[in-house]
Amino acid sequence: MRRLLQIELFKIFKRPRTYIAFGAIASIVLLIQIALKYDGKSYIDLLLNNLKDSFDFTDDFKSKLLNGYLICFIILNTLLIQMPLLVALIAGDSIAGEANMGTLRLSLTKPISRTQYMLVKFSASVIYTIALLICMAILALLGSVLIFGTNDMVVLRSEGIEQIKSFDVVWRYICAFGYAAVALTTVSALSFLLSVFAENAIGPIIATMSIVIVFTILSEMNIPIYDNTIKPYLFTTHMVAWKGFFYVKADAEGTTINGSIENLPAIIRSLSILLIYIILFFGSAVWVFRKKDILS
Amino acid sequence: MVHRSWCMFAGSIMHCKIFILTAGLLFFTEMIKAQTADEIIQQVKAKLDKVSDYEAKGKMKTNVIFIKAPVATVKIYYKKPNKLKINNESGISFIPKGSLNINLNNIFVNTTGFDIIDVGKENGTNLRIIKLLPKDENSDVVLSTLYIDEAQSLIKKSTTTTKENGTYELEMTYGKFIEYGLADKVIFTFNTKEYKLPKGVTFDYDDGSKKEQDAARLKNRKGKVEIVYSGYIINKGVPDSVFQ
Repeated sequence: MRRLLQIELFKIFKRPRTYIAFGAIASIVLLIQIALKYDGKSYIDLLLNNLKDSFDFTDDFKSKLLNGYLICFIILNTLLIQMPLLVALIAGDSIAGEANMGTLRLSLTKPISRTQYMLVKFSASVIYTIALLICMAILALLGSVLIFGTNDMVVLRSEGIEQIKSFDVVWRYICAFGYAAVALTTVSALSFLLSVFAENAIGPIIATMSIVIVFTILSEMNIPIYDNTIKPYLFTTHMVAWKGFFYVKADAEGTTINGSIENLPAIIRSLSILLIYIILFFGSAVWVFRKKDILS
Repeated sequence: MVHRSWCMFAGSIMHCKIFILTAGLLFFTEMIKAQTADEIIQQVKAKLDKVSDYEAKGKMKTNVIFIKAPVATVKIYYKKPNKLKINNESGISFIPKGSLNINLNNIFVNTTGFDIIDVGKENGTNLRIIKLLPKDENSDVVLSTLYIDEAQSLIKKSTTTTKENGTYELEMTYGKFIEYGLADKVIFTFNTKEYKLPKGVTFDYDDGSKKEQDAARLKNRKGKVEIVYSGYIINKGVPDSVFQ
């Protein structure tokens, strides 16, 4: 199994297109960092526009606000919506790509079960997803901290502002990246499942992206009929729960409680739903694949 | 006979004395009352005038319905006539507009331009209520109401109504620096506007919990900043660069 996994990883990382995702992430992160370095204050003005009558926002305040922690949050907010496409590129290709090249039947002549084969393929996709996330963490968090420095982190929500002391931020990012790994693995599992049905990688990749886009729109829309019926069960609703690590508790006077999470049970519930989706998608993929008549 | 006339004479002198004493007392009381408001203001001002500048350390607590913020360690710099800066050196603090008013000297920057109205004493606290009405019609401040402890010449509370930014309220507690009229604790209450960002911008995580603060938000449009001072460095000079 381990040897097979090594071969799979070798195949993934040998392909030049694998690095398109890493290149895309690096360039998006860098572009956001450059934009915010030179015009971040305009962005902050835009965000704080309806508070300017109540508070004094000096240049010093804006400079402190635009620190590495906030920049990383902005990058994650932007990128984690786009990342499913990059994840689907590999997961969607894992079975369909083999079928397309005509190597699937040959691969299955090896003395391993179809379940083991699927497990190896999926593990390789998950490792690729995690590698992508680590790359993003290094560039977005470490890079932003080096360029912008550190300070208290301010999270702007639609109906409130959360301020977290700088010493209380790093562990939240570790948890958030861990959660994001599970969220992206869900997309990977979906793409992997769709890959079983196709003989060409384009189909599963486009289908995955279409599902993610439609579900994301439904998750973000505030229509009461969907709020209590469809929305709680869409995996895209729970993919953004990494932000929950940055929502803090406050005492009766509105003072932040260091080390607290506003609604940890909700995050655990979201995490459980994503894990159920992963098991469901991967389980279905294995079940279908085991029954499938492999002709290519 | 001599004795009787002596008594009558002594009696009339006594009546005369009582009359003079009563009239004098009434006149004196009236004089005190007429001068008091102005005098009290002058005494308070004289006390505050002892301070040309200061650098103070303190803990700042922000209590605004839509902001969750930690307690901040701040430095407050003041320099005559009306320069004030609150600086959080180790973090970020949301400083409300009008925070300049936490320095009481700011009320008297334009004393000659005010009409002083003596309202009397507040029930319960016995604080003297004096209102200051700016003569300048273009002044942003419409009215300042001061609640003054006459015995110590200290402003304990003040309310400032402005044209642009609503009403500011100040509540002071004095301690170690009472002789300079500098408070150990200041509670600054100010008006806030409703905060809202589109969900399409923030992409919030909806954890499914009902937000209880919506009703409170509609009711409570006031924010509060509480500063507890741990020490002042008075009249040792503060460079202008601090305020830039």
